[in-house]
Amino acid sequence: MTVYAAASLSEAFEDLATEYEAANPDVDVRLNFAGSARLAAQISAGARADVFASANGATMSRVEAEGLTATPPVLFVRNRLALVVPIENPGNVTELADLSDDGLVLAVCAPEVPCGALAQAVLDDAGVDAEPDTEETSVRAVLTKVTLGEADAGLVYATDVAAGGDKVASVPLGPQIRFNDYPVAAISDRAVATDFVDFVLGPDGQGILRSHGFESP
Amino acid sequence: MTGRSSAKKPNSRPPIAVLVMALIAVAVLALPLVGLLQRTPWSSLGTTLGETATLEALRVSVVVSLVAAGVSVVLGLPLAWVLARLEFRGRALVRAVVLLPMVLPPVVGGIALFFALGRRGLIGRALHNWFEIDTLIGTTAGAVIAAAFVSMPFFVITAEAGLRQLDPRLESAASTLGAGRWTVLRRITLPLMAPSLAAGATLAWARALGEFGATITFAGNHPGRTRTLPLAIAQANEAGQPEAAIAMSVLLIGVSLLILIGLRHRWIAPRQTRPPSSQETSPS
Repeated sequence: MTVYAAASLSEAFEDLATEYEAANPDVDVRLNFAGSARLAAQISAGARADVFASANGATMSRVEAEGLTATPPVLFVRNRLALVVPIENPGNVTELADLSDDGLVLAVCAPEVPCGALAQAVLDDAGVDAEPDTEETSVRAVLTKVTLGEADAGLVYATDVAAGGDKVASVPLGPQIRFNDYPVAAISDRAVATDFVDFVLGPDGQGILRSHGFESP
Repeated sequence: MTGRSSAKKPNSRPPIAVLVMALIAVAVLALPLVGLLQRTPWSSLGTTLGETATLEALRVSVVVSLVAAGVSVVLGLPLAWVLARLEFRGRALVRAVVLLPMVLPPVVGGIALFFALGRRGLIGRALHNWFEIDTLIGTTAGAVIAAAFVSMPFFVITAEAGLRQLDPRLESAASTLGAGRWTVLRRITLPLMAPSLAAGATLAWARALGEFGATITFAGNHPGRTRTLPLAIAQANEAGQPEAAIAMSVLLIGVSLLILIGLRHRWIAPRQTRPPSSQETSPS
């Protein structure tokens, strides 16, 4: 069985696959991680995926609109935005509003990718006029620049903070109303595909996802 | 010119196997391009290419690649001369280090640049104190450094090869006639190696034009400053806009092809098949 999952789901889905294989010894789960849009393009081009887990509702809707989903997409987790700084916090960033300082080196995701759209929406909600120095196409590239201390602040997903280890600190953003929604759907008609989707939505799957910082919807 | 070279070969019918392998090689290299062109939305191509964002990326690409090629020539030419003319211990090692960016994954190059020029880099701190540069992220200077890092080796090996092919007797003749070292370099060496200089500079420019990994890692992706065509293409692709990505790829391929065709006349197909030794009075 081949599972296409958004890059931000990497660690969580590796654990999910291990757990699922342990419970179903006859099933071999192959994982393919990339940006949601790229995965959707591969599925549209006829890639043999059994399950698709997207980091973005719009991307999943495009796949669904093309009639490529075997089951209706279901929201399975959500992710919130996090503000990370290097552990020494050279830019002295203590709240979201500090990001309007032009002297600050700020890394964000490009507005065209899900983490960038979320960051823009949160900044807009807070009325913060930030001028990013770099718009990365992957959330982990934002994290790398903060981890290396080359950026003073970065906007990433809450689930990415742990990957920064002891080199980054997270600055509390206060109550949030914005989330990034992750839908999952079976792509092939195989029974194992729907079974895996049920596993992801079930208590065991949700527990694993929560242990990686995702929130149940 | 092809007529001349084919007339020289009496027995020039190639074995079928060679032709077949050559055809496969061409197919391997050209089929992806054909595939891209076949999927190109030609009708909307003009609209995509006319968009401000595309033109901006093209402008950044042209500026960054030209300046990077210039830096490659200015710094690479003395280096090529040292490598070709000076005997010193560790020359092989220096050459290997100089050529390393050609094989290094550019992303690794970008991170390595941080360790040298970044805020916590080896000379980064001093750099920031002297020039009051806080960061190179999101600056065109950073993009130029990244592009020069990957493209300079292409100039250096081409120029070094050109220097090695020069007949040293011409230079020694000039100095025997009283020309100083600087005059020999300026009046004899450089004019003689002009074709390889042009080829090396063009090759470095073409490499800088296609540079992606080191740029996005070291200089980031900032519209109007570091977002070159390759970065814009990657971004469109990640954002699920393959049409825009394809259109910009076609633009980049067109520009690159023009460069490489221009290069072909100077370097890949020399004007004449090189004679075994020198052209002037045959020795022995």
